[in-house]
Amino acid sequence: MLKQTEGSHAVAEAVALCRPEVICAYPISPQTHIVEGLGEMVKSGDLAPCEFINVESEFAAMSVAIGASAAGARAYTATASQGLLYMAEAVFNAAGMGLPIVMTVANRAIGAPINIWNDHTDSMSQRDCGWIQLFAETNQEALDLHIQAFRLAEELSVPVMVCMDGFILTHAYERVDMPTQAQVDAYLPPFQPRQVLDPQEPVSMGAMVGPEAFTEVRYLAHVKQMQALDLIPAWAEEFRKAFGRDSGGLIHPYRTEDADTIVVALGSVLGTIKDTVDALRDQGHKFGVLGITCFRPWPTAAIREAIGNAKKVIVLEKAFGVGLGGIVSANVRTSSGSPDSVYTVIAGLGGRPITRDSLARIFLEVEAGTAPSLTFLDLNRAAVDRALARERETRRSGPIAEALLRDVGLVTAQLR
Amino acid sequence: MSFQPVKFYQTGTFTVGNRLLPDAERSVQSTVRRHNSLNSGHRACQGCGEALGARYAIDAAMEATSGQLIAANATGCLEVFSTPYPETSWQIPWVHSLFGNTAAVATGIAAAMRVKGRSEVRVVAQGGDGGTTDIGFGCLSGMFERNDDVLYICYDNGGYMNTGVQRSSATPPAARTATTMAVGPTPGNPFGQGKDLPAIAMAHNIPYVATATVSELRDLEAKVRRAMEFRGARYLHILVPCPLGWGHDSALTIRMARLAHESGIFPVFEAESGEVTGASKIRRQVPVEEYLRPQKRYAHLFSPKPREDVIRRIQEAADRNIRKYGLLETTP
Repeated sequence: MLKQTEGSHAVAEAVALCRPEVICAYPISPQTHIVEGLGEMVKSGDLAPCEFINVESEFAAMSVAIGASAAGARAYTATASQGLLYMAEAVFNAAGMGLPIVMTVANRAIGAPINIWNDHTDSMSQRDCGWIQLFAETNQEALDLHIQAFRLAEELSVPVMVCMDGFILTHAYERVDMPTQAQVDAYLPPFQPRQVLDPQEPVSMGAMVGPEAFTEVRYLAHVKQMQALDLIPAWAEEFRKAFGRDSGGLIHPYRTEDADTIVVALGSVLGTIKDTVDALRDQGHKFGVLGITCFRPWPTAAIREAIGNAKKVIVLEKAFGVGLGGIVSANVRTSSGSPDSVYTVIAGLGGRPITRDSLARIFLEVEAGTAPSLTFLDLNRAAVDRALARERETRRSGPIAEALLRDVGLVTAQLR
Repeated sequence: MSFQPVKFYQTGTFTVGNRLLPDAERSVQSTVRRHNSLNSGHRACQGCGEALGARYAIDAAMEATSGQLIAANATGCLEVFSTPYPETSWQIPWVHSLFGNTAAVATGIAAAMRVKGRSEVRVVAQGGDGGTTDIGFGCLSGMFERNDDVLYICYDNGGYMNTGVQRSSATPPAARTATTMAVGPTPGNPFGQGKDLPAIAMAHNIPYVATATVSELRDLEAKVRRAMEFRGARYLHILVPCPLGWGHDSALTIRMARLAHESGIFPVFEAESGEVTGASKIRRQVPVEEYLRPQKRYAHLFSPKPREDVIRRIQEAADRNIRKYGLLETTP
């Protein structure tokens, strides 16, 4: 059914259609509307049977989900930013134990400095935690990915993180096509756990594993993710047949066939990039776009094939490895025949708008061969230089972020 | 207090004394029905109080729930010594997740049972004092506050024994640990620190809070049984001497627990909805020195120079407990 709704509420409705049995909620922007929506459905009795638990921290949220999943219940939670880091130990634990929990991450920057706006630093910090990570481009895809995520998680006994851009998607009202309960029930079978705590058949779970088997257990986690590389496109195809639209899969290529330069990105920024590329195409510049939906497991073969013929690749990413550069870029380089032709553009950190003008400028610079291998889009170089100068002049130069803010002054009007 | 201790002073042990009791009053441990939830063959140290406490408590919980029990376990000695895979001592469904999240994991299990309509299955969470009073405190308080249907059992041996005897917020004053060294003008753990977790649990107004020691088996079992009569959050704090960390002879574990009770160091009581409903009385108060002297963690109180000043402070704390909980038996 078509409806005009907020991204968070669309996700809440989609999750409810998946019949979760235990939902753990802890507020953190920009995720909160999702669990609020679910909480209302549970409290009103529209979503039943389901336990909605208001926990005291994100660490507890994931831990309650671990207990519920280990006891055979379909478990869900949502978080963002600091919350994802606060639960990090339990995030790794859920993956290590092979518990098929589904979690939404409403992507947001990590402090300090504290910042509530969108970038991908939170999810990227957990990229090696053993969860499957799917990134939604639109609200439609966000809600569709959740339906696929439960099936994928439970089939493989691997937790799945559905990442959607905070505010840009979570708080955007737009049209979505909400599936019916019957459609979701037909696509998503009931949860049949591989391991379950049950007095009728007692097992011990979570034992210590030493050097004699640790490698094998970890390798099996890798094998599961490699299996996901086959299941994700197959089930996206099944999803297309059942629901009538393309959602999910490993990657989304756009005008890449004859492209000289391909721009790689994750999430909602792909729309702006496609618009920019369309305009550049009209001017005769042969750009293409590669959207990565599945970041973990890393779809090496699919990406290699998609970027194979391009002369240059630009990876536009909303997070970076401090002291290295691009994180997604480092992954793309492993799938590129010529790693030196992979350029990194860091953009949108802490919610900085990514404009078509800025994108077109940097894309053309890369095409012309005048861009460095690592660019911070729209960086205020003068402000950075002044900050460095202050540090050279005075030993006690004071708190970094605050000095920079004082220098930059009222900034809202400058953002476009 | 519902439980009336049976006195077998002629034997000094309830194991023998059990034979003198009618069937219904015998301890779970003495019956052939006992479940052996934590089975033999585990890797606990000789004289481990925690192994005893866990065996007593979980067997009693199994008896009280007719075998419908799931346990969540914090990282720590109990977890490590019981599950050296491919061996496990647990004869019940058991899960270990992390050090600090056991109460929350138990909440999740309880929620799963509720949503599946399996209300007969009960949930126990258990951990040492580090996993309870320190790193797991946030999750524990959250579980209490929501009144989740979980019995949390803390096996308190007064320190991080699994990592090599470091201080926790349950380490008693003056005790030597690897991080409260017996050196300097005030050797051992400082006075005026630490948490009274049973009191904190009571402050959450949860249905049931109790303390117990491994020296009073029938009292411990009665408290587990009583705890299982309630729905909602329950807390049982069991003192479990640790020969390794306390530095006492491994044959003295039960004796150390008894002395902790009889000196007033460790008050044994129970409370419902935040109010104390009963305390295990002491027939004859034992001077704390009798409790302290066999333990190497207090050796610096006796040599090279006797620290009567410190012992006096410990005695004062024990006396306070006795006054506060009315622990002394009054002559009729």
